[in-house]
Amino acid sequence: MANSQAVIDRRDLGTLFTLLTEEGYQVIGPRAEDGAILYAPVSGPDDLPRGMGDEEEGGHYRLSNRNDAQLFGHTKAVQGLKAHLYPARQKLWSAEKAGHGFRVVKDSTPQPRYAFIGVRACELAAMFIQDKVFEGGPYTDKGYAERRKNSFIAVVTCNHAGNACFCASQKTGPDVSEGFDLKLAEILDGSRHVFLAEAGSEKGRAVLERLPKQAAEEGDKNAAAAQIDAAAKGQKRAMIAGVADLLAANLESPHWEDVAKRCMSCGNCTMVCPTCFCSTVEDTTDLSGLKAERSRKWDSCFSIDYSYIHGGSVRNTGASRYRQWMTHKLSHWVKQFGHSGCVGCGRCIIWCPVGIDITAEAKAIGKGA
Amino acid sequence: MNVAMQAQADPMDIRPFRIEKIRKELADSFTMELVPEGGGSFSFKPGQFNMLYTFGAGEVPISISGDPSDSSKIVHTIRRVGAVTQAIGNLSEGMAVGIRGPFGKPWPVEEAFGSDLVILAGGLGLAPLRPAIYMALANRHRFGKVVLLYGSRSPSEILFPKELEKWRGRFDTKVRVTVDRAEPGWGGHVGVVTKLVKGAGFDPMHTTAFVCGPEIMMRYGIQALEQAGIDRSGIYVSMERNMKCGIGLCGHCQWGAPFVCKDGPVFRFDEVADAFTVREL
Repeated sequence: MANSQAVIDRRDLGTLFTLLTEEGYQVIGPRAEDGAILYAPVSGPDDLPRGMGDEEEGGHYRLSNRNDAQLFGHTKAVQGLKAHLYPARQKLWSAEKAGHGFRVVKDSTPQPRYAFIGVRACELAAMFIQDKVFEGGPYTDKGYAERRKNSFIAVVTCNHAGNACFCASQKTGPDVSEGFDLKLAEILDGSRHVFLAEAGSEKGRAVLERLPKQAAEEGDKNAAAAQIDAAAKGQKRAMIAGVADLLAANLESPHWEDVAKRCMSCGNCTMVCPTCFCSTVEDTTDLSGLKAERSRKWDSCFSIDYSYIHGGSVRNTGASRYRQWMTHKLSHWVKQFGHSGCVGCGRCIIWCPVGIDITAEAKAIGKGA
Repeated sequence: MNVAMQAQADPMDIRPFRIEKIRKELADSFTMELVPEGGGSFSFKPGQFNMLYTFGAGEVPISISGDPSDSSKIVHTIRRVGAVTQAIGNLSEGMAVGIRGPFGKPWPVEEAFGSDLVILAGGLGLAPLRPAIYMALANRHRFGKVVLLYGSRSPSEILFPKELEKWRGRFDTKVRVTVDRAEPGWGGHVGVVTKLVKGAGFDPMHTTAFVCGPEIMMRYGIQALEQAGIDRSGIYVSMERNMKCGIGLCGHCQWGAPFVCKDGPVFRFDEVADAFTVREL
């Protein structure tokens, strides 16, 4: 697709938002809110986190000032895009008492059409993984499938690595080769501020066609490639090779107890993980008892309730619950869906209140084995 | 309903069924016969389960305990153990429940044609096995020996006693029942069900075994079957785990890599033998 590369001036970036809005998309992009970068509705480039960076470490996250004009100078939003494609809480249907029985009314709210701007390689990889989960088996989640099909994805490639990033070792980034509609690289060189753009789909080509642009220069292409290179080389963490087999062979490792001494079973890692898909259903009635509703909401394998069957929970200990999360993510997922469930974004490390590091735990189990 | 047909309808949609008959089984369990509200039929395979919903209270996975050759109704045998099963137990005939299903991999009854069949059940574990028993007896001529070994805690906790007596009365079927604790008037075996395996008279080289009951009973039951010479690949077990969707999307029923709802609940033992030995998996 090299011939579809073009350069868009920073001052013309607003046109992209206008075009997407005209196409009927709700545009979602990174925004600095509540001291963090979040994916939220954005109406134009002015809503983007200009000059903002993010510091990340185990159990640590802060916004920082980059003192420059970059719009995508941060590494990644607090959460990926699963909340948009698979909402944290979704009404499935309601029911009304009718005679001795009841009548079910399906929730027919139309699914939104999202255009995501600023998607990182790891976040796109997470979508591929959730596609397999929700659309790859005998049963499909129709809501997810529709949102996913309707979405427009504008990737912005990374120009540096965050301290928690390890996508290179998971082979999910930092470059992106497929699955996007538009791929942008932000290039800021003195007063020159442009985006090198490439279309990855018909939808993307149609949009790029209508954007004010110039031909891409060799220097821009080299700059974009250098950014990707820096983002790969700057990664301080890595997942060890062969972790799927390692964990499968170490279900009884004493190290699970060691992690359990630190793990608070809070479930933060599962909430920020862009691939974690577990859910529960909640059935409620109104005060009259005549109307009932069913909602689906995110759930976490760290809760005691998660594995409850009559007589008690299957996983009573913190060790067994951490083991469930980590072995599912890195090992069982491969057997279930043909791919690791981890994209190497490092969010579970950042948002763990005690800074448990999945890459370090994997290494520790490797050493103990 | 085959898998392809299920995939067309939204598997999260519930279908209302009317409770036609409720029969008390034991102090804490009952059997319900359900017919589709507004007509229609329901087909399933032995060992499959439904997600059973009662208005406002919630939904639980319950195995089907009826005859697979009768598509006019669904039969469920339920123990009152939690909030939802209590709520279902409080319903009366004529009221409605919601059904999603059938889900899950069945007992391989047809694959067992030509061999001896051993059914090893403990407690309420007889319920998910009953459809397989019906199907096996309807195809009795296709099997060698058919042996049913059943254990319950006490004589008053024997599930389906009339049917057990009826099956025991057949000349072509061996039925052995044992209780952990005898009561006055009990003249049968006393002891754990695994003890019935020895001398059950099947040909271990050509036997398929279906096992269902509490996990601890299944562990020892399988041990006894293996000691009797049955290969692991001829033994099938049915597992129970928390389920919220029944279709492999909610994550709750994972048991190592398998999802109990869609890869099970019936598993060939050699494929899950390792998982059986890991605590809290």
